[in-house]
Amino acid sequence: MAEIAIKGVAKRFGGFTALHQVDLTIADQEFMVLLGASGCGKTTLLRIVAGLETPSQGEMWIGGRRVDHLPPRDRGIAMVFQNYAVFPHLTVFENIAFGLRMKKLPQQEVERRVNRTAELMHIEQLLKRYSGQLSGGQRQRVAVARALAMEPDVILMDEPLSNLDALLRLEMRAELKGVLAASKTTTIYVTHDQVEAMSLADRIAVMHQGRIVQAASPVEVYRNPAARFVGSFIGNPPMNFLPAAKAANGSWSVAGLTLPGPKSDRQAIEFAIRPEDVEAGEAGLPAIVRVIEPLGPHTLVTCDVEGGLFRAVLESSATVAVGDRLRLAPKPERIRWFDPETTHAI
Amino acid sequence: MNGKALPYLLLMPATLFLCVFFLYPFALVAFEAFTRDGAFTLDNFRTMAGSWKFPATVRNTLLLAAIVVPIQLAMALLMASVVSRLETGRSAALYIFAIPLGISDLAAGLIWLAIFDQSGFLNTLLSDLGIVDRPIMFLGYQSKLSIFIAVVLAEIWRATAIMMVILVAGMGLIPREYHEAAEVFGASPWKRFVRITLPLLRPSLQTAIILRVILAFEVFAVVAALGGTNLPVLMGETFNWQFTLQDRNVAAASALLILAISIGFTLLFLRVLRVPREARI
Repeated sequence: MAEIAIKGVAKRFGGFTALHQVDLTIADQEFMVLLGASGCGKTTLLRIVAGLETPSQGEMWIGGRRVDHLPPRDRGIAMVFQNYAVFPHLTVFENIAFGLRMKKLPQQEVERRVNRTAELMHIEQLLKRYSGQLSGGQRQRVAVARALAMEPDVILMDEPLSNLDALLRLEMRAELKGVLAASKTTTIYVTHDQVEAMSLADRIAVMHQGRIVQAASPVEVYRNPAARFVGSFIGNPPMNFLPAAKAANGSWSVAGLTLPGPKSDRQAIEFAIRPEDVEAGEAGLPAIVRVIEPLGPHTLVTCDVEGGLFRAVLESSATVAVGDRLRLAPKPERIRWFDPETTHAI
Repeated sequence: MNGKALPYLLLMPATLFLCVFFLYPFALVAFEAFTRDGAFTLDNFRTMAGSWKFPATVRNTLLLAAIVVPIQLAMALLMASVVSRLETGRSAALYIFAIPLGISDLAAGLIWLAIFDQSGFLNTLLSDLGIVDRPIMFLGYQSKLSIFIAVVLAEIWRATAIMMVILVAGMGLIPREYHEAAEVFGASPWKRFVRITLPLLRPSLQTAIILRVILAFEVFAVVAALGGTNLPVLMGETFNWQFTLQDRNVAAASALLILAISIGFTLLFLRVLRVPREARI
C-alpha cells in the first residue's frame, strides 16, 4: 500500500521558482503521468518525490509516512532514469542485483529476483553482458528490470522512453503498461509526450510553469481541459480558439455565428473546439481553406477563420481545394469556453 | 597532398626532436651502463650493487614510495571528492591546492628545511611556548626517523595536488546519474564511493598513480635538502656516482635501474587498473 501525497511542495533555485505550492495525491497502484513541456517543473517534482532534491517548503508523504527528511534509500522507491544509468562497470546481472545487494538479501533471493525480472523484461540472455555491449532498448530494459527487482512500493520514471526510436518506443510503451500493472506498484511517470501520457496514464497531471494545471483521467483532460493551456498543449493538432463577443446573456457571437454559451459578466470570452469536432456543411463558421494535408484515415484542413488559424479534421472522402470557402459547424456538446483573463474554463 | 599523411607529417618535427635529444642520449647511457673501456660487461651493475650504501638506498626509495604514494592517494581522493562537490568556489579551491605544484622540488625541500632546522620555525615555536629548553636536532645524523618523516611530509605537501587535479578531472567525467541511481537503489555515501566512484575512476586513478609512482622513484632534491647524505636514495646515489665518484658507467647503470623500476611499476598498474573495453563509460 503506497499512496503518495504531495502537500504544498515548492522549490526555488536561487531566485527562480521551479515549483509553486504543488498539491497532488496519487492513489495506491495508480499510474500517474506528469505531463508538460520542458522546464515546467515535472522532473523537479519527480526528483523531490525520489529524495534527490529537497523541497524549499511543503511535505512529502508515501504510504502514510512523512518522507521529506528521509534519504532516497529509505523511501521504498525505485527509479528509471532518462539515460538509464546502467552502471558500465557491472554486468547486467549485477546491475539488476545492485539494489538487492545493498539491502543485503541472501544470494539465493538475489538470483531468484534477478532471473524473474530479467525474464519479465526478456533480457535473460543478456545477464553476463556489460552496458557497453547493449543497444539503447536493451539498456532501457535493464533499467526497468533493476527497478522492478526491488519490488518497490513506488516506481518513478523520468522520460524513460525519450531516447528510443519511434518504433521501439511504441513497443516498450505497451510492454511497460502491462508489466507495471502486473507489479501492483504506484507509478509516477514523467514525459513531455502527450501520446505516451494518454496511452499509459490512469490520471494525467498537466504541468505548466511550476504548477499543476489539471489532474484528471486522460479522457477528461482531453475533453474538458481545465485551462486554455491544457487545450492548446494536448491534442495533435491542438484545440482551436476564437474570440467570442457577448450577443445577449448566455449567447455569444463567434465569427458571425451566434452560439448559446455560459452566462458571464465579461463582454468577451474565448470559444474553443477540437479540430475533429467540426463538420463541413451548410451553416457554421466561415472558413477559407489554406492548406490540405491528407493523413489517410482523415484529412487535416488548415483554414482562415476571421483572419486566425483554424484547423479542422474532415473525412478523407471530403473534396476540398485550397481557396474553397467552407462552413464549419461545431458540435454543440463539444464546445468549450475559456475566460481570457484567468485562462480557466468557464 | 594526401590527407592521411598530413597528421604524421605534422608529428614529424616533435618525433625527430625526441629521437635526437632523447632516444639517442638514452641509447648512449644504456651503452655506457653495459660497457667499460669499450667492452661489454655487467661490472657496472656489480659495482653499484656491491656498494655498502646500495641496500639502504633501495630500501629508502621503496619505503618512501610505499608510504608517500598511498597517503597521497587517499588524501587526493578525499580532496577531489570534496572539491567535486563544491558548487561555488571550486576553481578557487583548486588554485589554492595547486600552489605547491608551482614550486620546484628543491625549493620545497628548502621550505621544509626552514621549518625543521635547528633554528627553524618549529624549534622557535616550541621554545617560545616553553615546551623545550633547547632546540631539537630533527634533521641530525642520529635521527634518521625524523628525517624520514620530514621527507614524507614535504613530499606529501609538494605533490598531492597533481594527483588531486587528475582525479577532479576524472570525477567530472562520471555522469551524475550513476551516483543518483546508486543513491536511489540504497547505497550509502561510502558505498557509492567504493562501488561507483572508484571503479568508474579507474582510468584517472591509473594515470595519477603511475605519474606519482614514477616521481616517487625519482625523489632527489627534497631528500638532499632535508637529509643530505643521511638518507641515501637511488637518485642521490646516481648523482654521487656521476659527480662525486666521477664514474659515468656506474651512474648510467644506476639510472637504468631507476628506469627499470619505473617501467615495472607502470606495467603493473596498467595491468591492475585496466578497464575492459566493454566496461568503459
